[in-house]
Amino acid sequence: MSLSYLTPEFKVLRDYDKCINCKVCMRQCSFEVHSYDEHLDKMISNDMNCVNCQRCVVLCPTQALTIIKHPQTFKEHANWTYDAIRDIYRQAETGGVLLSSMGNDRPYPVYWDKMVINASQVTNPSIDPLREPMELRVYIGRKPDKIEIDENLNVKTKMPPQLKLETPIMFSAMSYGSISYNAHAALARAAEELGILYNTGEGGLHKDFRKYGKNTIVQVASGRFGVDREYLNTAAAIEIKIGQGAKPGIGGHLPGEKVSEDISATRMIPAGSDAISPAPHHDIYSIEDLAQLIYSLKEATDYQKPVGVKIAAVNNVAAIASGIARAGADYIAIDGFRGGTGAAPKRIRDNVGIPIEFAIAAVDARLRSEGIRHTISLVAAGSIRNSADIVKAIALGADAVYIATAALIALGCHMCQKCHTGKCNWGIATQDPNLVKRLNPEIGYKRLVNLVQAWSHEIKEMLGGMGINDIESLKGNRLMLRGIGMTQKELDILGILAAGE
Amino acid sequence: MKKVYVKEEVCVGCRLCEVYCITSHSKYKDVLKAFKLETQRPTPRIVIEENKPVSFSLQCRHCNDAPCVKSCITGAMQKDPSTGVVICDTDKCVGCWTCVLVCEFGAIIRDVNNKVASKCDLCAEAGEPACVKNCPNEALVYSEGGISA
Amino acid sequence: MLKEGYVRIPSGCAISGIIDRTGRLFSGQSIADSIATMHDRSNGLGGGFAAYGIYPDFKDYFAFHMFYDDLIAKQETENILKANYIVALEEKIPTRKTAHIKNAPLIYRYFAIPRPEKLKLSELDENEFTIKFVFNINSNIPGAYVFSSGKNMGVFKAVGYPEDVANFYKLESYKGYMWLAHGRFPTNTPGWWGGAHPFNLLNISVVHNGELSSYDTNRKYLEEFGYICTLQTDTEVAAYIFDLLLRRHGLPIELACKVVASPLWKQVERMSPKEKILYTNLKIIYGRALLNGPFSMIIAYEDGFVAINDRIKLRPLTAAKKGDMIYVASEELAIRQVCKNPESVWIPRGGEPVIAELIRDNEKEMYSTKEVTA
Repeated sequence: MSLSYLTPEFKVLRDYDKCINCKVCMRQCSFEVHSYDEHLDKMISNDMNCVNCQRCVVLCPTQALTIIKHPQTFKEHANWTYDAIRDIYRQAETGGVLLSSMGNDRPYPVYWDKMVINASQVTNPSIDPLREPMELRVYIGRKPDKIEIDENLNVKTKMPPQLKLETPIMFSAMSYGSISYNAHAALARAAEELGILYNTGEGGLHKDFRKYGKNTIVQVASGRFGVDREYLNTAAAIEIKIGQGAKPGIGGHLPGEKVSEDISATRMIPAGSDAISPAPHHDIYSIEDLAQLIYSLKEATDYQKPVGVKIAAVNNVAAIASGIARAGADYIAIDGFRGGTGAAPKRIRDNVGIPIEFAIAAVDARLRSEGIRHTISLVAAGSIRNSADIVKAIALGADAVYIATAALIALGCHMCQKCHTGKCNWGIATQDPNLVKRLNPEIGYKRLVNLVQAWSHEIKEMLGGMGINDIESLKGNRLMLRGIGMTQKELDILGILAAGE
Repeated sequence: MKKVYVKEEVCVGCRLCEVYCITSHSKYKDVLKAFKLETQRPTPRIVIEENKPVSFSLQCRHCNDAPCVKSCITGAMQKDPSTGVVICDTDKCVGCWTCVLVCEFGAIIRDVNNKVASKCDLCAEAGEPACVKNCPNEALVYSEGGISA
Repeated sequence: MLKEGYVRIPSGCAISGIIDRTGRLFSGQSIADSIATMHDRSNGLGGGFAAYGIYPDFKDYFAFHMFYDDLIAKQETENILKANYIVALEEKIPTRKTAHIKNAPLIYRYFAIPRPEKLKLSELDENEFTIKFVFNINSNIPGAYVFSSGKNMGVFKAVGYPEDVANFYKLESYKGYMWLAHGRFPTNTPGWWGGAHPFNLLNISVVHNGELSSYDTNRKYLEEFGYICTLQTDTEVAAYIFDLLLRRHGLPIELACKVVASPLWKQVERMSPKEKILYTNLKIIYGRALLNGPFSMIIAYEDGFVAINDRIKLRPLTAAKKGDMIYVASEELAIRQVCKNPESVWIPRGGEPVIAELIRDNEKEMYSTKEVTA
């Protein structure tokens, strides 16, 4: 191939006054950016390979390194931007579909940041969570319309199976394959300690993690990786993955570089080959087929476990969700267009799907208008970045949220968006044993526990400020939100008033 | 007694333990100055073993019946009766390398600049070993009874 | 300025309730005297009463009390009313001119029963049929409002201090076995009489001091069951929740109270296995019916009333007993004004209801509660 027209995206700045030639940076970079030149007796960097994962920056004992966006620019052009031009160079050189990782990074508006939350004053005292009891527990699952009891107050109603969450947060689906064994170990252990659940994603359940079964949701995705009787019965719940927010309409993709022996055994596929899940489930071509699969899974597990369905947020998500509710699902997880992924075609990730804020509001409103909202649980996903996003998601109508990108960032992810290369320097999105060991599950799970506990405390503070002491009273409580800088139409769809009203 | 134990499944092979071992035994005790100012960079007192993907740092085990103490021709190598730490008194050491030969673990290094034996002293002055404190992945543990304690 | 119903108006208030458990009828003067002592808890922008047992001659008829802004609203409403109901008696509700009650709308009452053929066609029971009628008038006829729709009971309310409202409606001339009263301190200036308390649907009337932080959650839950919240006041959802739990779902009153002021999970963990199952199921199924925010509330229903606080007791409520009379009020002086030498006076704990029902053959024991500890 002739000369590449691409210049480096990032530039490594090394302060030679501080560099002690310890070579930690060289040893830690899987992209082979740093090397020691004997003749010059100094460390040199190959900027072309740098992806700005900042592993070297963080580990350098004298903070001698800084990674900046490469100052090389094109002539200013509001339409043919830096990225637009470079994407064409890449495709001209390779003839391939552009892949990227993590979630949509385009500057679409973030509606979480256009909503503000209420606080009580004078007419209603705010509640102090350090002094008054504050309940965050939620139960995910199908619920009956009413309770049936006999004269002796014995409960006659048969309650469908429920998932008990001590706080309305769960770890979202990330497959073993897209992320490492150690990352799963950290997630599983943190879920157990926090009293919540984590989702195996479509990569199957590694036998070492079966002991965390009661804190595990297993996925049945279109590739049906790892699905057998033991898989289904070990878990606390089963989730049928129809789609995910990062790539609605297409299936999962695990590049061959990441299919190690262990992955091959867990997923029951040949090692080294790309694992591409088909776009639809080839036994679900319509809503009645979905109902059939839901009930097959319930039969296979004796109706003991909730069976949920995960969909991507797309244009007519409300109608789809309504259909899923009536098909017998116990909960619906909706993944907005900002959702993360281990690998996806860049154009689909950045252009397909709708924001989760609108999706949740629309689905909640539709299910309510049909009188069935109280019978099913809704889980919101797709870039929940902090505890305020969680409060807003629940006020818009969710019962709980899924976090994934936030969890990985807690584990050390620096959002370099190169997961698809399998060279994650933080040991998260890789199967290379040299790299996987960098994520110590002992440290990782504590960081996750810290994050969720901190967020839970913040949620309690915000609830207390609103004069609420039970998360149930926030569900769908849209009067607690006001919009800033939104059009009337956006306010209408979200079902909230504008600030000042 | 407390010793340094390693969890090799989480050692990332970065060798920051070496950097901080050198620093803590340097004149200036500061990373930058230890490496930039001192004319002769101190020798580290630990050995890094590597056979990718396995790696770990190896320190003196401060054996109860230390072969190096028995074989030292000048008596420079001594086990402190109260702390249990085996220390080399570099004033007495003549650099014969007998201890290097007899150590079953290969944990003693030849400090060729100063012609003395260089080995882990559990950072006796500082109180907590510098390698343990600075390992970025908690692969080193300073405890009584092994890695699980 | 938006009329109440389009904008939410939180308020602080006074409430009072009296029942004679034997069903003996007594004049409305006592309740008026009781609420008058709490004059300073209101600001004159709303007062009202609910009276039970006042229409013994028409005890099987729905007694509709209506406000009309004008004669057109009256005509339109009566057309619908008479098409669906047989009206035995219609008349203006007798009132007395007082200086303090101004801008009164037209106030009428009708004693009616559903037309049998209409009832049969609707395939509903008479209660659901009447609810549909009430929602229809309140949402669709501008200027008309049904503010009382029970049998052998009636709500009387206006914009003004409660004692003036009692005077206006000549409540001293009515005799009932159970009376509720409310004085309002809204943080806005509604001119609309329909916004005063009590709020009523069929035989359930609610007076409420407080603000429901969970209002929107409760409202959206109720809308799934077909309740239309027209008023945007918190009291409305409280009344509908009790209608849903008591009448439609058939829960006993004690459990309905445990839904709206439910025990905390850590309290549930310590219960006996049978209770644990019961309360866990209740909390899971009825989570969105939990009332959050400070409140003290009196809910009157067919058999009596229940007075209840939010579970962390953010509003005052005192109760007293003398013979077969039970008194509850926001303040003790309101009780002592009308009840000399009560046998016992106590302050109910947060979340623990005071249930006072008519004595029947299979008598229900009243919930006795312990004093609030400091």
